[in-house]
Amino acid sequence: MSEGVTPIHSPFLQHHFTEMEQQTDTSKLGMWLFLVTEVLLFGGLFVGYGIMASRHAEAFRAAHEHLDRVLGTLNTAVLLASSFTMVMAVLYARQNRRKGLILFLILTLMLGGVFLGVKYVEYSHKFHEGLLPGKYYSHQGDTVPGEFMFFSFYFMMTGLHGLHILGGMAVISWVLRRAWLGHFSGGYYAPVDLVGLYWHLVDIIWIYLFPLLYLVG
Amino acid sequence: MSDYLTESRGLRSWLFTLDHKRIGVMYFWSTLAAFALGGVFAMLMRLSLLSPKETIMTAETYNKIFTLHGAVMIFLFIIPSIPAAFGNFVLPLMLGAKDVAFPRLNLASYYVYVAGTLILLGGMLTGGIDTGWTFYTPYSSTIGGSVSLMTFGVFVLGFSSIFTGINFVATIHKLRAPGMGWYQMPLFAWGIYATAIIQILATPVLGITLVLLIMERVFQVGIFDAKLGGDPVLFQHFFWFYSHPAVYIMILPGMAIISEVIPVFSRKTIFGYRAIAYSSLAIAFVSFLVWGHHMFVSGQSQLAAAIFSFLTFLVAIPSGVKIWNWLATMYRGSISLQAPMIYAIMFLVLFAIGGLTGLFLGALAVDVDLHDTYFVVAHFHFVMMGGTFIAYLAGLHYWWPKMFGRTYSEKLARLSAALIFVGFNLTFLSQFLLGSRGMPRRYAHYLPQFQPLHVLSTIGSWVLALGLLIMLGYLVASLRKKRDAPANPWGGATFEWETSSPPPAHNFDHTPVLTHGPYDYEPRTVPV
Repeated sequence: MSEGVTPIHSPFLQHHFTEMEQQTDTSKLGMWLFLVTEVLLFGGLFVGYGIMASRHAEAFRAAHEHLDRVLGTLNTAVLLASSFTMVMAVLYARQNRRKGLILFLILTLMLGGVFLGVKYVEYSHKFHEGLLPGKYYSHQGDTVPGEFMFFSFYFMMTGLHGLHILGGMAVISWVLRRAWLGHFSGGYYAPVDLVGLYWHLVDIIWIYLFPLLYLVG
Repeated sequence: MSDYLTESRGLRSWLFTLDHKRIGVMYFWSTLAAFALGGVFAMLMRLSLLSPKETIMTAETYNKIFTLHGAVMIFLFIIPSIPAAFGNFVLPLMLGAKDVAFPRLNLASYYVYVAGTLILLGGMLTGGIDTGWTFYTPYSSTIGGSVSLMTFGVFVLGFSSIFTGINFVATIHKLRAPGMGWYQMPLFAWGIYATAIIQILATPVLGITLVLLIMERVFQVGIFDAKLGGDPVLFQHFFWFYSHPAVYIMILPGMAIISEVIPVFSRKTIFGYRAIAYSSLAIAFVSFLVWGHHMFVSGQSQLAAAIFSFLTFLVAIPSGVKIWNWLATMYRGSISLQAPMIYAIMFLVLFAIGGLTGLFLGALAVDVDLHDTYFVVAHFHFVMMGGTFIAYLAGLHYWWPKMFGRTYSEKLARLSAALIFVGFNLTFLSQFLLGSRGMPRRYAHYLPQFQPLHVLSTIGSWVLALGLLIMLGYLVASLRKKRDAPANPWGGATFEWETSSPPPAHNFDHTPVLTHGPYDYEPRTVPV
């Protein structure tokens, strides 16, 4: 058995698996299936957005001008960077380098925090201008009727995505704690890997949300 | 010798158990309680329909009762019953595994089910709703009451269904016994696999649809409101994109049970193993392409309606393939008419009627006439109750000795099966007639000319209920007996019969090794 590989009797091997590889493969399969459900969950919103945007093309185009492209681009860069730090965390976990793993998990967490911070600035700006969803929409001086629906979708889509960022940060914190306690090794780092997969999905969803909301027309 | 029921005792040992068998048993009793509740609603409805005029309840109450009957039966009973109760208990045993792939997720799914149920019950106690279980907009998005709470309950229940689905797919992929390839799996596993795929792919769409409905109610986001530039029919598209596949979440596990019971009680290898396995996947695939057949009169384009109608007919092919394979399995078999087999044959009869009348409704011109009549009600009760529920009873009688280690009275089982068959047909055959004569569904009051058939239907519901009560009686009585079930009472060849009844906590004393096919009965003729 090579160095860094957890022996068969790893304390993290659950009783119903015969070996670590089977457990890891199974958990990965489970994670991918979960990600499929996430894609379909957001898929409903994307379809709804697509239909309403095509029916109210002018209103959606006019409404998207209220969004701040600079902040949107900044957040895209932040999330892309966080995907990079997450990949590095997985790499360090695999190489059994605990300090690097901890460092990059913390960096990922911080970037997630920055993303939410920027989102907070954007949201408060919109609130201030009365660019709110549905019946709370009170923005003055619109030229095209029906702009409120764009903001209904804007808040539902970015809101659901924001909740996923929060969820991602929660599970990264959990993995960070386990990394701190020294649970991971080259033979057992599946939780880091799985959380990484989830984080990338949340990132990819933003990659679609950004052009759809900020760059339409 | 200790088994999974006696290995540890006390409430905590159940509430925190990770054992798939105990979780299955908890699901079993919970879904059964939900069935009883939904059944009470059904009996009240039938009682009220004895007379064309108002009797025991106002029309408003009636509307709530049929909504709650549908919501409880579908979301709390049929969808979780076979996969989460029997699937949980039997699937790992059949595969020769020690547990499902993710035991903690499994327990979580149970608690999510309980939470969703409590929210749903909370919605009922705070006034209930009268939207029908389909929650159609614009009615559902504009009325007051507990719509948001109830739909949120359904949203939560969806997670439970998704967790179960993920667990079963991973279990089937990764935890089969050494030597068990895909085509050596029992067909029950194939059926559960197809079901799990639908659970994973369809349920999230229902989830987001219900979120959008709640958002519409709270914020008036506009997506389903024509006044604000939205589209109420879009809700129907979203809803049926989940809910039609969900119909197959309900029927596929029933078919999966039938594929186990028929060969065992015909003492013959299943006919057309691969055809049955593939037809489950085919049904799962086609299920995603037919949602528009619920909307023939909702104003979709005629071209779309024609395409959906054609695709709907396709469902009949894999369903027919299954029926013929089961019949061919029975042909020249040595059939023994014990309780599980009686229900399996009952399934064949009732499901054939339910399935064929589905084709009537899938035909465009006929549907315009029959849409929203009792014909539709009778059709889906033949499929859901005559199909899924009767298959559930077949599975219940088949695995009862395995689950609880006791045998039940075969004589009473036959009596109750006879009552259920007669009662069911009285109740619902009369509804086919009512529907074809123009009785609309969901009406509290009706024209006097429909009364004789309504009375017949209500009497049928009493016979049906009597049969079910007798069943409850002998099953509960069997639990009070000493353990008397042998490991393999039916002579089955799948792995769950190789371990004791009830099984030990870790399922098998020795990891089972595949030495013969799942339908290769004694005396064995074909080696693996």
